[in-house]
Amino acid sequence: MLLINCPFCGERNETEYVYGGPVSADRPDPTAVNDDEWIDYLTMVPNPVGPTHERWWHAKGCGDWFTLWRDTATHDIVKGPKK
Amino acid sequence: MQKYSIFSLARNALSGHKNWTRAWKSPPLRDRYEVIIIGAGGHGLATAYYLAKEHGITDVAVLDRGWLGGGNIARNTVTIRSNYLRDESIPFYVKSVSLFEGLTKELNFNMMHSKRTMIDVVHNYPKMRELRRRQLTMDIYNSTYDNISTEEVRRRVPALTGGGPGSRLPVIGGMVHTDAGVNRHDAVAWGYARAADSHGVEMHEQTPVLSLIRGSDGAISGVQTSRGVVHAKKVVVAVSGHTTTLTETAGLRLPLRTMNLTAFVSEPVKPLVDVIVNCPDLGFYFSQSDKGEMVIGGAPDSGQSFRRDIKQHVFEDTVGAMLELFPSFKKLKLLRQWGGHLDITHDASPIMDETDVPGLFVTAGWWGGYKAIPAGGLTLAHHVATGRPHPLMEKFTVKRFKNLDFIMETGTTTAR
Repeated sequence: MLLINCPFCGERNETEYVYGGPVSADRPDPTAVNDDEWIDYLTMVPNPVGPTHERWWHAKGCGDWFTLWRDTATHDIVKGPKK
Repeated sequence: MQKYSIFSLARNALSGHKNWTRAWKSPPLRDRYEVIIIGAGGHGLATAYYLAKEHGITDVAVLDRGWLGGGNIARNTVTIRSNYLRDESIPFYVKSVSLFEGLTKELNFNMMHSKRTMIDVVHNYPKMRELRRRQLTMDIYNSTYDNISTEEVRRRVPALTGGGPGSRLPVIGGMVHTDAGVNRHDAVAWGYARAADSHGVEMHEQTPVLSLIRGSDGAISGVQTSRGVVHAKKVVVAVSGHTTTLTETAGLRLPLRTMNLTAFVSEPVKPLVDVIVNCPDLGFYFSQSDKGEMVIGGAPDSGQSFRRDIKQHVFEDTVGAMLELFPSFKKLKLLRQWGGHLDITHDASPIMDETDVPGLFVTAGWWGGYKAIPAGGLTLAHHVATGRPHPLMEKFTVKRFKNLDFIMETGTTTAR
């Protein structure tokens, strides 16, 4: 079980949270991109063996949505790359 | 191929079991083959076998990073069935079930195939409507599915004593799928490997493929393994969860996410449940093996995972739901637990196709791919050999995503 750090409530059990999907690219302007780029946005998800960026919802707590980086090989919550 | 029979068993017993020939040989790895198949699991070995048997292509090497049959074919729950939703899926799985039923004879290897009905125990009306809809589509393709009452569910599964009207999870009815069955997963891998070997196919274990190599024309030209470069004009990727890890080395992105699915078995007990019980609303299913163990499958972890183990709370949720319906299982000891990582596509249907990289074939997105092994191997071998997709799998292209022509499938156990 993961111990997830909610920005508002602090560390809580994973069972209090709902996984909200991967953080993928921002939604492009459909009129500004070509079909391939649009399909890419709709269907492609980063699938690394290693740190991945994802959304979580503190559904049984404060209700906050936030993102974290989690390693898909170890399940450790890790620091994301510096922007 | 040495024929296995009661006579060969008797003959070898008399000679102290010292004269059995090896089920498959271990020839040295050459640097060039006509076809390379990455992954000596169910789909990889079946593809190799049908390439050799149906199309006479025997210059084939099957490479595996570990040992033969040690990946997801050793990590599933051996459920064979064809109760799917889509017109594209049902005929494919009907074919697979029928091939499974003849596999013992075809491969001269005892699959311990045990045909047994699958019963869906349903808890809510939207799910019941979805299953009734499946039934209507399945009727078209000669797959059996029938609606039964709660009383009939309880008559057929006497161990189902929970889920009464006043309980937390009342049962409202069920569905019966008489085509389902279970068999022995190791036998499937070993049977296909032995038969492929007899046609001249080579199996190379402990040979991890590190990357795919493309030629100057962009087509696939071989693979880089830990034992050197091996060339081939056609490469098949049949590696389950690690598909994108490999294809990305050739610059190919696929709409796949890798997830981890839970399974565990109990200690062996006397015969108690003679069907496969599936509870689609609760996310668990089980059958009793020939040894008497309850083989139980659960839900996936939330989020992507390559970890191949199970999370305690996913395990507890599954057991909790199971005990609501089967209180007598409370005293069962659980012996083993494991996870398997598999990739799922955007629409929960598989991808079996030649990709944008010429010569690179992918069979992936199998969420419950065990039941698909014979038909998956047969149809992919057809595509690799002839260059044209087999009619049963032509809809499972990678191009369907480009056309937004999704095959949204609900027949996968946990794709809810």
